[in-house]
This record gives sequence, structure tokens and C-alpha cells, in this order.
Amino acid sequence: MTKRDWLERRYRTEPERRLRFSTVSDMEVEPLYTADDLPADTAERVGLPGEFPYTRGVYPSMYRGRLWTMRQFAGFGTAEDTNGRFQFLLGEGQTGLSTAFDMPTLMGYDADHPRALGEVGREGVAVSSLVDMRALFDGIRLDRVTTSMTVNCTASVLLAMYLAVAEEQGVPWTAVGGTIQNDMLKEFIAQKEWICPPEPSLRIVVDMIEFCAREVPRWHPVSISGYHIREAGSTAVQELAFTIADGITYADAALKRGLAIDDFAPRLSFFFNLHNDFLEEVAKLRAARRLWATIMRDRFGAKDPRSLRLRTHAQTAGASLTAQQPLNNIVRVTVQALAGILGGVQSLHTNSLDETLALPSEQAVMVALRTQQVLADESGVANVVDPLGGSWTIEALTDRMEREARAYIERIDALGGMIRAIEAGYPQREIADAAYAYQQQVDRKEKVVVGVNRYQVPEERPPELLRVAPDVEVRQADRVRRVKRERDGAAARAALRRVRAAAESGENLMPPLVAAVKALCTVGEISDVYREVFGQYRDPAWL
Amino acid sequence: MAVRPRLRILIAKPGLDGHDRGAKIVARALRDAGFEVIYTGLHQTPAMVAEAAIQEDVDAVGLSILSGAHLTLFPAVMEELARRGGGDKVVFGGGIVPDEDLPALISAGVAKVFTPGASTQEIVDWIRANVRPRG
Repeated sequence: MTKRDWLERRYRTEPERRLRFSTVSDMEVEPLYTADDLPADTAERVGLPGEFPYTRGVYPSMYRGRLWTMRQFAGFGTAEDTNGRFQFLLGEGQTGLSTAFDMPTLMGYDADHPRALGEVGREGVAVSSLVDMRALFDGIRLDRVTTSMTVNCTASVLLAMYLAVAEEQGVPWTAVGGTIQNDMLKEFIAQKEWICPPEPSLRIVVDMIEFCAREVPRWHPVSISGYHIREAGSTAVQELAFTIADGITYADAALKRGLAIDDFAPRLSFFFNLHNDFLEEVAKLRAARRLWATIMRDRFGAKDPRSLRLRTHAQTAGASLTAQQPLNNIVRVTVQALAGILGGVQSLHTNSLDETLALPSEQAVMVALRTQQVLADESGVANVVDPLGGSWTIEALTDRMEREARAYIERIDALGGMIRAIEAGYPQREIADAAYAYQQQVDRKEKVVVGVNRYQVPEERPPELLRVAPDVEVRQADRVRRVKRERDGAAARAALRRVRAAAESGENLMPPLVAAVKALCTVGEISDVYREVFGQYRDPAWL
Repeated sequence: MAVRPRLRILIAKPGLDGHDRGAKIVARALRDAGFEVIYTGLHQTPAMVAEAAIQEDVDAVGLSILSGAHLTLFPAVMEELARRGGGDKVVFGGGIVPDEDLPALISAGVAKVFTPGASTQEIVDWIRANVRPRG
């Protein structure tokens, strides 16, 4: 019996409990997938792990060779507070560091700036100068850990500080490994932390790609991120498509700078979201690898296999968690993390159960890390490479996500590329429409959110929350004022002038930035140079 | 019978963070519910929010804050509004606000804070019940 016959003769006569069945992204799914849903060349297009087009994973042995890196994002209060959390996580078996900076640091303001009022150390750690960066990594040898830094429009400054700390520790830059998010395109699309307009922002990103290719070869100078696109409310296909389109834009810009594709593409890495819809998420990650490998080979002529391999960090979906009955979030995170592992990610952050209420407490972070450890060591899913590969459903959904993402990428190409699309508000509107449509479905109870629009309980006892000490802001503002007062003022001013000259001339910004942070120029001062030379970008405030 | 004027509402995003998903959803839902909605966009200072509320002559101001800076930003907006003679505007808000911070916000004059999980209908209903067109 073919699938069509089965549907007509056997399935149609059965009742269904809903009018339509769709993913969390509202992609309708069929009742059943069979071999009839897959084209004849499926086995070849899926391939084998470690082989083009990497649908089944970027490495032959995957988690049998090495588990994914367990990398919990952490940062709050002062550098000393966060250093304590880092030491705790490393002590509990975490294998990589991931730094969250506070909003002033992310937006290019020092802790003593009026715009920083109320925000210092709240959403991450406050880093205004090299003095803070030293304290953040105190007692942690930078050649023994890899560090991920989530920072974008001030990424160039924070990378310069990290390299200066490595130098002070006697660690050569060639031994420094890690990732800086530095994906400005998705900032304009989704996360919305920026200083200057898209074109100069892209130029700074390319400066960092170029500099790292030459001087810091183990560093990932940009982590092309779908995470925030999804958190802003996109569908899974939009997340996939806009992320890959951003990657194309960075590759184009680096080529235009005169770099060869295989000189920088092996160090491009990715960052995807892991949402609730298990099958959709596994398919998305598999489609992402196949899409990127094909684009790198066919569109960019990459030859080095490392250029073709999409390696990715992933994080469970913060926006999927609920303030109501927060213990249920442990279950959501487990399902999402499992999708990431079965989707073949290289590194993973699992969210904490209390994140809709505050920054995570130590106990909540521990449960999140233990979730990964249970999946790694107890569930057995890491024992077989790509165990879902060859499932008719997974392969059919992978094909579909790849096809729909390609259609989006073609639309963006037709608009003149991602920068033009951003200027026209295209991806931003697509995401806002999807976010609104989803919220309406939740409000109409067409999509169930357990504990929120179904299975509510009347009274709940809130969990113990982490509170950032109220004096953090005062102490941090005092510290940066003291740094500015006590440093060699003439040397700092000269170093800032060098940064300005490079910004104006188009020379690579990184060498003068490293010199400037060593002269104790601050995040705010360097960002002011960017504001003056490149201009400030303002939210177009589209609804 | 005189036609009741449509309520004018400013949806504002004070502070440095870029989490505008909630603000935009609420703004659209209020517009769909028949209100006149003005959206400030991101990265506003309290003074900019108050200035926009006065210039646009709104009846109510909805603040979206997800950065943990609510204890600073809500009262700062209230002060800036009062300084400009806009102390009669109803101020409400939403975001990542722990329950234990609610009394401080209420005593600063914030009329209502919606926390995660609130439906857009709840917000619409609350505005219909609690905001009256001014003059």
C-alpha cells in the first residue's frame, strides 16, 4: 500500500483530536511520513557523518569521540562576582566558559555614565576597563579554557581586552581559543544592541575576522546567531534562513576585503536556538549543516572541508520558559537540549528554571548543568552517531526546512542582500509578524503553554531568586572613575587618537584597540570614538 | 450622544536592552483592540519617554522593561512625567519583575505591572477598565 492509499483508505476514516496539527512555528505536519515522502537520492543527499554535506554531523565519531562542550552562560554584578560563578561552574564539571556582560558594557557605556543608571551588573557582568577584565579571569589560565563572550557592538573592545589579559598571563595569542559573538547583522534584525549603522558595523566585524585569521588562529571571530532571531519570535525556518543569509553576508564582506574563503571560513561558527518542537528543531539543525556546506562549496568555491562544516553552539529557548510553575521549565529544557544533542551541536547551554523571574540562582544553574550531564552519561543518546538519521519524518522535515530557507535566502538576495533587507525592515517585519501570530494563538489557546493557558494552579510559591547587590553600581562606577583618574592620561589620549585614526582611514582597528585597552582606555571612551566617526544608529521603531 | 474619543496610549521601551518582542506585541494588540498607539522604539531615557507622552498627549503610558532596571526606570519615568505636568497619565508596565518588587513600583505610582504569561486580552481589558480619556 502506498502512503496515498493508506491515507485515503485507512486514515481518513479515523477521527482527529484537532482541526490542524502544526509545529510551534505553525508549520503544518502530515499525519505520517513514509519512504514515499523522500526523493530517490535521499541516502546520497543525507550522506554520512563527517562527510559532505554533513547532514548527519560534522565529525565522523561525533559524541563517541568527544562530548559536546557544556557551556553555561554566566555573568552578573562585578567581575569578582562572576569570577566566583566561573570557578563554581568549572568545579562542577563544566568544560568551557561563557560570559554575559551587562547592558552598559554591551551598548558601549561605562558604569559611571548616566545611561548606565540602574543597569550596572544587572543582566551580566560590568566590564568598563582592562582592570575589570583582569579580575574576571583571575586564576583562570586562558590557554586551559575556551571562552565564549556574548558581546556584539563592543566586541572589538572586549576581544582586545581578552587578548591583553592573555598577554599579561604569558599566554601567546596562538594558544587562545574561544568565540566572540560579534554578529552585528542579527543585532539589527533581532537583538537590537548597536552603536553605529549597519555598514560600519560590518566593517568592524570584518576587521576582527581579518585580524584573527592572522594573529589568533584558534579564535572564532563571529558566531552567526539564529538564537536571538528566534527569541524575538521568528519561526524555525526564519531563524535558519536569516542566520545562513547573515553568514553569506559576512563571507561576501571578508572576500571583498581581499581574504580567501578558506583562510577565514573554517573559523566561522554558529549559534542556534533550541525550542520546544522537538522534530522541527532536529530537522532545522540538520538542514542548517547541509545548506551551509552546499552554499560554501557552490556559491563561494570553498575547498577546505573545515570551511564546509557548520559547527554550532546552541541554547535552549529562554522565551519558551514560563514564570508559572517554574519547575516545569526543567522538563522543557530537557526536551530542548535533547533536540540539540540529536541535532548534532558542538556546544550547549541549558537555561535555568528561574530565568523568567531573574538571573539564575546557583542552585538553578546546577540543575541546568546536571540536565546536560544526565543526557550525556545516562540517556545513551550519545552512544550512537545521529541516531535519528534515516527517519522518514526527520528526513522529510529536514528537506522541507532546507527548501523553505532557500526560498527566503533567494528573496533576500533579490532585495540586494541582507544589509539592504535590514534597511528595508524586511527580516524585522517577518519576525514581528510571526511573534504576533504566535501570541494570538496562545491567547486563543490554539497553542498550549502548560501552566499559563492550561493546567494553571491558583497560588504558587516563588523560588529563591538571585539578587544583585544594590551597591554594585556605586562600586563599579567608583572603580572606573578611579581608573580614569589614576592612569597615564596622556598615553590614554594618544591611544584613543590612534583608534580614531584607524576608524577614519579604514586601517584594521584591532592593533590600535589592543594598545588602547592596555593604556586603560574604557569601553565607553572607545565607543564614543565609534559614535563620533561612524554615527549613531537609531531604532526605526517599526511596529 | 457624543462619540467617546479613542484612548491614546504610548508604549515605551526605556533602558538599554533590546528586548522589544513584548512591547511590539502589546502595541499591536492594543491597536487591534481599537486604541491609538504610539511606539517610542528602543533605548529611550526616562526624559525621552515623558517628553513623548506629553507631545503625543496620551492618556496612558505602558513601559516594557526586561533588563532588571525596573526599580530605577519606573520611578524615573514617573518623576519626569510629573515634572512636565503629566502626573495624571496612567502608567502601567510589564517585564521581568519579581513579585517582591511590585509594592515599591505601586507606591511609586505605577498603576499595574503585567508579569510574564499575561495575555494581551488581559492587558486590553485592564486598560478599558482603568484608563479614561483625559479632558
